[in-house]
Amino acid sequence: MSSRDFERSMPESGHHLQRKPSWWSYTHLDGWMLALLALLCGFGLFILYSASGKDVAYVSRQAVRMGAGFVALVVLAQFSPRLMARWAPWVYGVGVLLLVGVILFGVGAKGAQRWLALPGFRFQPSEIMKLILPLMIAAYLAKRPLPPSLKHCFWSLVMIGLPTVLIMKQPDLGTSLLIAASGIFVLLFSGIRWRYIFAALGAAGAALPGLWMVMKDYQRQRVLTFLDPESDPLGSGWNIIQSKTAIGSGGVWGKGWLSGTQSQLDFLPESHTDFIIAVIAEELGMIGVILLLAVYILIIGRGLWMAAQIQDCFGRLVAGSIVLTFFVYVFVNIGMVSGLLPVVGVPLPMVSYGGTSIVTLMAGFGILMSMHTHKQMLLR
Amino acid sequence: MSRPERFKDHHQEGRTFRFRAVLAFLFVLLMIGVLVGRMYYLQVVEHDRYAAMSDNNRVQLKPVAPTRGLIYDRNGILLADNRPSYSVTILKEEVGKALEPTLAELRKLIPITDKEVERFRKRLKQRRRPYESVPVRFRLTEEEIARLAVNYHRLPGVQVEANLIRYYPYGESLVHALGYVGRINQRELAAVDPDNYAATHYIGKLGVEKFYEPTLHGEVGWQKVETNARGRVMRVLESTDPVPGEDLQLTIDLRLQLITEKLLQGEKASIVAIEPKTGDILALVSTPGYDPNLFVTGISTKDYSRLRDSPDLPLFNRALRGGYPPGSTVKPITALAAIDSESVPETHTVRDPGWYSLRPGGRRYRDWKRGGHGNKVDLKLAMAQSCDVWFYDAGYKTGIDNMSDYLGRFGFGQVTSLDLPEALPAVLPSREWKKRTRRLPWYPGDSLNLSIGQGFLVATPLQLATASAVLANRGKWVQPKMLKGVRTPLDDGGVGLNMPVLDNPQSHPKDVELNHPEFWDLTVDNMVEVVHGERGTARKIGLDAPYTIAGKTGTAQVVGIKQDERYDADKLEKRFHDHALFIAFAPAEDPKIALAVIVENGGGGSSTAAPLARKVMDAYLLGDDLEPKPEVASE
Repeated sequence: MSSRDFERSMPESGHHLQRKPSWWSYTHLDGWMLALLALLCGFGLFILYSASGKDVAYVSRQAVRMGAGFVALVVLAQFSPRLMARWAPWVYGVGVLLLVGVILFGVGAKGAQRWLALPGFRFQPSEIMKLILPLMIAAYLAKRPLPPSLKHCFWSLVMIGLPTVLIMKQPDLGTSLLIAASGIFVLLFSGIRWRYIFAALGAAGAALPGLWMVMKDYQRQRVLTFLDPESDPLGSGWNIIQSKTAIGSGGVWGKGWLSGTQSQLDFLPESHTDFIIAVIAEELGMIGVILLLAVYILIIGRGLWMAAQIQDCFGRLVAGSIVLTFFVYVFVNIGMVSGLLPVVGVPLPMVSYGGTSIVTLMAGFGILMSMHTHKQMLLR
Repeated sequence: MSRPERFKDHHQEGRTFRFRAVLAFLFVLLMIGVLVGRMYYLQVVEHDRYAAMSDNNRVQLKPVAPTRGLIYDRNGILLADNRPSYSVTILKEEVGKALEPTLAELRKLIPITDKEVERFRKRLKQRRRPYESVPVRFRLTEEEIARLAVNYHRLPGVQVEANLIRYYPYGESLVHALGYVGRINQRELAAVDPDNYAATHYIGKLGVEKFYEPTLHGEVGWQKVETNARGRVMRVLESTDPVPGEDLQLTIDLRLQLITEKLLQGEKASIVAIEPKTGDILALVSTPGYDPNLFVTGISTKDYSRLRDSPDLPLFNRALRGGYPPGSTVKPITALAAIDSESVPETHTVRDPGWYSLRPGGRRYRDWKRGGHGNKVDLKLAMAQSCDVWFYDAGYKTGIDNMSDYLGRFGFGQVTSLDLPEALPAVLPSREWKKRTRRLPWYPGDSLNLSIGQGFLVATPLQLATASAVLANRGKWVQPKMLKGVRTPLDDGGVGLNMPVLDNPQSHPKDVELNHPEFWDLTVDNMVEVVHGERGTARKIGLDAPYTIAGKTGTAQVVGIKQDERYDADKLEKRFHDHALFIAFAPAEDPKIALAVIVENGGGGSSTAAPLARKVMDAYLLGDDLEPKPEVASE
């Protein structure tokens, strides 16, 4: 399968014009990637059974979500990139309006407004934005000569900044970070000049104090706790101390599946959602974590490989951004649970229990597959 | 600003993308490497530290209460038992915010008083281990347990728990001898080893239960348990069993105690009986008593105020704390003081016109008998008839210092018992004592009063019984005690007894050494005369006695009678009637029991107290029970 993909990706060879395409190519899916995602999902359900305290209801609900995610993946893979590029600005516009709507009419919990309630159901507009922002930026830049000029960079940043700020206002630091990253990755892949990159990094470093000023109290508290968790061992430092204890006590080989004392005896908070990596580290040890990271590397590698084969500029940028954003999930999540980064609400992709993130991530992979498989049709 | 229009260079863009994709992948690998490094640091380098932290999280030491030792009488009859009792408790962690509705629901199911709710809230506020349930009501009936059981599903966090609690099968008959246990309070907890009492809810509050608390309590056991984050025990990892408390065998003879208690029913009275050879307290009765079982799980306010406000003072332990003027019952000792100190010869006689005065025309100290006892009253007659004038004269000549010295040697004015923590020393007057407490010198009149056991001298029934035992022993001291020994199972299946080593045992006086040891027999003979002599004040009880009794009656004034007044019982309220007293031991030649009887406002020692003593001695020496024996003595 892979070799055929490879051949198809070489337009100069012209093989694809001579060889009769198989039925598989009509699905617009990538077999390797699907297999890796299925492996990841299976692993996620396996550890969720333990992290939820052997609660089959949790596992089956998560499986249903994964199914929904797979449907979203298959559906989005069928949309042609050209269609997506054309619709991107409109969906982006609607998305921004919805985010404004969240600020005005949103509902939520724990002091954050993240949902729009419609009769019968409610949804998080920021999840739509996760998908649409890279499409929007890529659509904008792909029409322009690359590397982008300063002016185009500026407008791209405005388009990135608008939803980022709106989501930060909700407040949802984790999501706004992921969305900003997804847009910036498009810029980076577009070939933006290194001197701009370094200048931006310098400016960002200088702007950190400003960021501190706009942060909410609870966000500042998280940063302070991150810097010194022992300062408040029973309050906000509890989470990070317990997760580090869970990870560290797991050792190389772990305490065994279903036998992690930190997680099974409820010392580890959020053990089935954001902190699930601590359960893996405690029960399956460093070996388990490394195996999981290996799967992630394979997914990211395969994703970048697919992106690199895309001939169309728009598709390439979108694909690259989706893959790197996926990596940001992984890094920020594991980094925060292991105490390398402050606690921001980012789930471990496909493993953490939780509603929308799995569907959004799967949909992202659907877009990636669409970009990858529709490339020949874009050649004019 | 003419810049050449740039065109899209698809190949260049593709190359740039691929280059950056490779860079990105390398960056991803680098960052994953950072994560792996972090994991290595936490899981390998710092593993031991975190493993220890994880164990500290989950492993707790949980104390297990030892079973309290039982208490038996001298013949092995169980006096204090542990019985399962069911209480309903609430687990706050599980009830959470629904505490009030749960309480309201509970009160619909079983009766719970406002007071109990109030006490429950107080307990809830006290410091406790997480996941330690808090009792709401104790002593559930079968029906209440059943009613709770069918409603369990509606009341999460509500539990019926079984505990062993103290039960006193003989209730108020033994309360003043045994004491009781009650729920331990903060102050008591501060006085004991908190580790050893970590799981204990009850502690000895009074009496033997209090004194032998360390022996009865036992040693706490520990369970190493795994708990979850909220403290709920998930499983037991290892455990050290508690060491149960040791069983006590008391000197109390339950049969005698019950008979004695029955004799005193309806009276405010006390009888203490001692085995003179050993100091064993055979019976220690103070009536009225009260039911100690009420106090074990916390007495209700209603019950408590009923006891506290009763004019008969049931809570008051008369045997150990009741201070009574001993009246004529001290005469054997004041007589001994007079003749042994050679203040008067043993042949001393007085003329008794019915009164005595220190100087002609001075204040008249009355004899209890208006006409007096005749012109030539010697010691033998003075004892038999309890002639006050002989003692006034002898007491005046003996002086306070001698009398105080001899009385002290018999245990007056001090606690001599081994293991009765509530015992009071009462008062033994002396020159120095009067100066200290009254800021007055000792007057000769005080000596006269002391010689007949009135005035400043105050003694408890236990002290009188002890003095009686010392007289019975001809001066040899035995320390009154409640404990026969700690029961230890023997290899042959029997039970052995041994005395525990006490930290700071109560001392008792040295044996009474007389200058003239022959006076012991003289004194005992005189006391026998009281009962068996034809003019003895207690001759009624001696008439048909199959053994020799040595005794001394006493009648203590409760109100002062003025110089020219007569004591007329009919005109006085019962509470101003004289106290009736009697001390005795028997058989006189080889005493097996010594006792003291006090009946408050009972009238005369000879008419009220002596017959009671006779019945107690019959019960002990002859094995008589109350019913079959006709009331001989009260004829």
